[in-house]
Amino acid sequence: MALKDRIQETIDSEDVVLFMKGTPEQVLCGNSARALDALRSVGAPVTAVDVLPDPAIRQELSALSNWPTIPQVFVRGELVGGADIVQELAETGELREKLDGALGEGWQERGREERTVELAEGSGPAAGLRLVP
Amino acid sequence: MTVRLEELLRQAFPDATELAVEDRTGGGDHFQVVVASPRLAGLSLVEQHRLVYDALAEPLEDGTIHELRIKTRGEG
Repeated sequence: MALKDRIQETIDSEDVVLFMKGTPEQVLCGNSARALDALRSVGAPVTAVDVLPDPAIRQELSALSNWPTIPQVFVRGELVGGADIVQELAETGELREKLDGALGEGWQERGREERTVELAEGSGPAAGLRLVP
Repeated sequence: MTVRLEELLRQAFPDATELAVEDRTGGGDHFQVVVASPRLAGLSLVEQHRLVYDALAEPLEDGTIHELRIKTRGEG
């Protein structure tokens, strides 16, 4: 599957996707940290994608989303915004409402852990979408 | 550099009721911009920020802007 299609599939199939610089364990950009903190503040079930291993991820993503910067947050396939918007929505309570609307009431009780998806070419033997434990 | 960014934003939002550009670190590449304009009224935050990104496309693409924080309001 082409990189562009893997990105699109991740956006479409995951509840909440955060494209970031670094990983939740090792965030390498202040704006990515702000977006992650905002998502964590409401307990969002984050699926993180590190864009740094391959510059093509960022290029293809920005072409798909019409959004030039990283981080980018998607909820059920819809671009919610970058760090500034997600932080603002978290502070006003709208982020929680958006998640309620998109994921259905009670999503908090499902208790899903944060996880990371690698999209870079040749990042693993499967060379495709791979879940990292 | 803040002057150039202000000019670009002023061109895109000639009716802005508030328009500010701050060099956050003094290094000339980390900026905070604030735009309030009737042109933003009725748009989602994503659409509002896209218009700001469009206005600043050139300095974003040529690497002048390393990091950009955006605050927008749709009002006249």
